[in-house]
Amino acid sequence: MTSLNASPVPRGRRAICKASDVYRSFGQTPALAGATLSVASGEVLAVMGPSGSGKSTLLHCLAGIFTPDSGEVYFDGQRLDMLTDTERTRLRRTAFGFVFQFGQLVPELTVADNIALPLLLNREKRKAAYASAEAWLPRLGLDGLGGRRTGELSGGQAQRVALARAVVAQPRVLFADEPTGSLDTLTGEMVMDLLVGIAREEGMTVVLVTHDARVAAYADREVMVRDGKVIDRSDVGLEVRG
Amino acid sequence: MLSAVTVPLTILGLLEREPSHGYDLKRDYDTWFGQDKPLPFGQVYATLKRLARDGLVAGGDAEPGAGPDRKRYAITELGAREFDTWLTEPIDPEPHLQTVLFAKVVLALMLGRPAEAYLDTQRAAHLQRMRELTEAKRTRGLMDALLADHGLFHLEADLRWIDVTSARLGALAEMVRSS
Repeated sequence: MTSLNASPVPRGRRAICKASDVYRSFGQTPALAGATLSVASGEVLAVMGPSGSGKSTLLHCLAGIFTPDSGEVYFDGQRLDMLTDTERTRLRRTAFGFVFQFGQLVPELTVADNIALPLLLNREKRKAAYASAEAWLPRLGLDGLGGRRTGELSGGQAQRVALARAVVAQPRVLFADEPTGSLDTLTGEMVMDLLVGIAREEGMTVVLVTHDARVAAYADREVMVRDGKVIDRSDVGLEVRG
Repeated sequence: MLSAVTVPLTILGLLEREPSHGYDLKRDYDTWFGQDKPLPFGQVYATLKRLARDGLVAGGDAEPGAGPDRKRYAITELGAREFDTWLTEPIDPEPHLQTVLFAKVVLALMLGRPAEAYLDTQRAAHLQRMRELTEAKRTRGLMDALLADHGLFHLEADLRWIDVTSARLGALAEMVRSS
């Protein structure tokens, strides 16, 4: 196992995710061109940037969904890009949660089915998995909707179900890619209040990709991705950890 | 039209490029910053007089010729420091900053300074203010939330302008260089 090397993270906090000089292309199109980023444990970090800047690709690399063409990606001191597909899949199921803009719920299944799904995939007992799923409903304002098919929900309700599904297995890092992109302002605010509130209560780290400054304002810190590189001008004291 | 506070600093920036007469300063100011409301000659010379009094510019000897003032003005070291501080420090995030930000961007490009870095610094300052307002919304009552919303939407508009300007810096730099 390779340990994290020198990396700027907010003062006094340990880096849980790190990308170091990461390059990733799709065909002839470069998406990341030397991206370097550290995310502190327990931090809510917003990754901003224009369309096509590489911010979603960076999230996918940090989450082990994409492997970089070159460079290194770490999770909790472990080289993520050196793991096998099976190891990365297991890590994504147990340590990471995901919220995307669209299409993450199974519309034919109920709300409770969708929320329980990660636990069932992790081979938890059915009864315990559904008990955990039901416990999230009141916390997210979804009381009484456990038996409803997700295809029948409003956008805001569906995104709260997606959030419940992302956190039900108590991940250490929550990756959110434009989580309010399809919602109106007030509904988006409600989802962000819940997302950040849950993350703080549960001690989760959040990597939040957004082009929306109002969403980024929920984060502790923001970085910009431009032309595949990370630019950090957030006004926080940084230290280099040895 | 820039604010009364910004005009002297803008003139300092134009002088940092090269020593100039009041007439040239007015012409350049009007070209870049005074399309809607040109700067009156009187204000140009009054501003230069105040800047000279404060040691920020130095006027040469009067040159022969017609006109109210034929002195060539140059920026002093003190003036250059004052201009540099203004240019590099983010402005207090508040609504309706576009004219000041625009002046900073154009002057930075004229002087070969890192305009994109200034915009990034300003973006970070804006987001910090938005973070404070968002926290106020989360922890205070509805009235405070509504007031915070008003600030957030204006700051968001500024940020969009910063993003679009950042994306157009290449074209703007070309225009400034070729003028």
